[in-house]
Amino acid sequence: MQLDILKTYKLYIGGSFPRTESGRFYKLENNKKEVIANICLSSRKDFRNAVVAARKAFESWSGRAAFNRGQILYRIAEMLEGRKMQFVEELIMQGASKANAEKEVRQAIDRCVYYSGWCDKYQQLFGSVNPVASSHFNFSVPEPTGVVSVIADENFSLLGLVSVIMPIIAGGNTCIILASETKPLCSITFAEVLATSDLTAGVVNILTGKSKELHTHFASHMDVNAVVYCRENGEEAKAIAELSSLNVKRSFFWQKIWTKAENENPYLIMDLQEIKTTWHPIENIGVSGAKY
Amino acid sequence: MNKSWISPTVDQVGVEERVARFNTRSIKKESKMQGMLLALNMIDLTTLEGKDTAGKVKQMCYKAMHLADDIEGLPTVAAVCVYPNHVKTAKKALQGSNVKIASVATAFPSGNSSRKIKLEDVKIAVTNGADEVDMVISRGEFLAGNYNFVYDEIAAIKEACGTARLKVILETGELSTLDNVRKASDIAIYAGADFIKTSTGKIQPAATMPVTLVMLQAIKDYYDETGIMIGMKPAGGISTSKQALQYLVMLYETLGEKWMTNEWFRFGASSLANDIILQLGKEKHGVYYSGDYISKD
Repeated sequence: MQLDILKTYKLYIGGSFPRTESGRFYKLENNKKEVIANICLSSRKDFRNAVVAARKAFESWSGRAAFNRGQILYRIAEMLEGRKMQFVEELIMQGASKANAEKEVRQAIDRCVYYSGWCDKYQQLFGSVNPVASSHFNFSVPEPTGVVSVIADENFSLLGLVSVIMPIIAGGNTCIILASETKPLCSITFAEVLATSDLTAGVVNILTGKSKELHTHFASHMDVNAVVYCRENGEEAKAIAELSSLNVKRSFFWQKIWTKAENENPYLIMDLQEIKTTWHPIENIGVSGAKY
Repeated sequence: MNKSWISPTVDQVGVEERVARFNTRSIKKESKMQGMLLALNMIDLTTLEGKDTAGKVKQMCYKAMHLADDIEGLPTVAAVCVYPNHVKTAKKALQGSNVKIASVATAFPSGNSSRKIKLEDVKIAVTNGADEVDMVISRGEFLAGNYNFVYDEIAAIKEACGTARLKVILETGELSTLDNVRKASDIAIYAGADFIKTSTGKIQPAATMPVTLVMLQAIKDYYDETGIMIGMKPAGGISTSKQALQYLVMLYETLGEKWMTNEWFRFGASSLANDIILQLGKEKHGVYYSGDYISKD
């Protein structure tokens, strides 16, 4: 007889898998009230470390060619595909039916491919050349906001994570994401996918734990440029909106049903972009004398 | 031969275990604040790049005097550290402050040049107004076993320094073993170093805690024997306030309170100051702070 080797679910910070510095954990139960895993209860220091990692990774990730980012996101889809069965098993362990579990994984893979395609296209769609009344070539392009903190959806263990991470990193941002508290298993397995996808260490950092303890820090950290909140708790949402004002952080509330196709769109990428406009002095460039 | 001239061998495992124990000390709250302020005051703010300009040096000097003006009660750093040709610029920029000027010299960072040129290099630094001279030893000669050469060179440079304090860089990253580090420390101390310093910052690994501990121990043995204090400067690779506190713990537990001032201990660092300011910013504002609000250089 051979014993099952159980996985230790740890965190994902800066490309490695540390335990929480606090040493705390909570017991995860399935719907039969059986303990299925010990999950790290992240502290604000874990969050701080993750922000440092995300800030460090930002320069290299946002500086990559957009096409190269697309290749890496596609690679994530490939890695996810290879581990499909593992995710299905974990979703079932967390209470999903087999059919729903398979559907969620399928959708998660498709979503990666979808945003991988957008990486080098949204700039063309949302950037513009603007008419001005002087001899200038005037153009506006979207640029990544920076470091984004995210409190992920509670209901979809994998899809809720992928649907938020992908538009954020497709746009060149880096992020720290708090996984679902009641369904955290897929998040760390997804981190294993990210770790083998040529994604720069620190671009995505995944924490597990309680939003109740962490949401104020997600919103108040001065080195975070935007915060995305995907849960229903009105009190937390209010606190996040208020605390974000501290450093004029951009706050978004993506309370969405992630299985719906309409919640897969480039406007989510654009939420985490800032428009930069450049005035470039030129002579007239058309026979018509029009200025661009 | 005088007994004290034989350097003891170093127990590497013992050193590493002792260092591991320093790193378990918990420094919190008030003592952490005190430690961080002390560490700030011990920094030699450094720019040693081929691309250094007068503008960059001036900006760094301003930073040395005004670390973060929105946080009250901050000390200045101990000194700025520049190449000899920038000493004049620094001198002018630091006028009226207590910040000292350290200049690297002696064909820094390799040290591969003739004695004549090295002495000339030191003279330029001192004439331009450097308060401290950071020299490099000839690692090639040291590793070839020409200890007399290394000793004589340090002694000659000490003489050229005049009243300026001499820091001797061992470049421990090139010395291979802790035994060599101890031997080089002893040679430097006996040849007249006022400070011994780990690294140029140009070679990896730069300062590490085991290497620093061996050097501190050499200082302690010399002090026990002669009653003369020698300073210590770990340089390169110390970039977080947590690391700085660990070094201070090691300093305190090896050499004691007398050394806990920038007269006898320095950090050679370029980014440590900013990390400490981030921590102090957190204390002041109550939330985690951002590099966006402090100057990068």
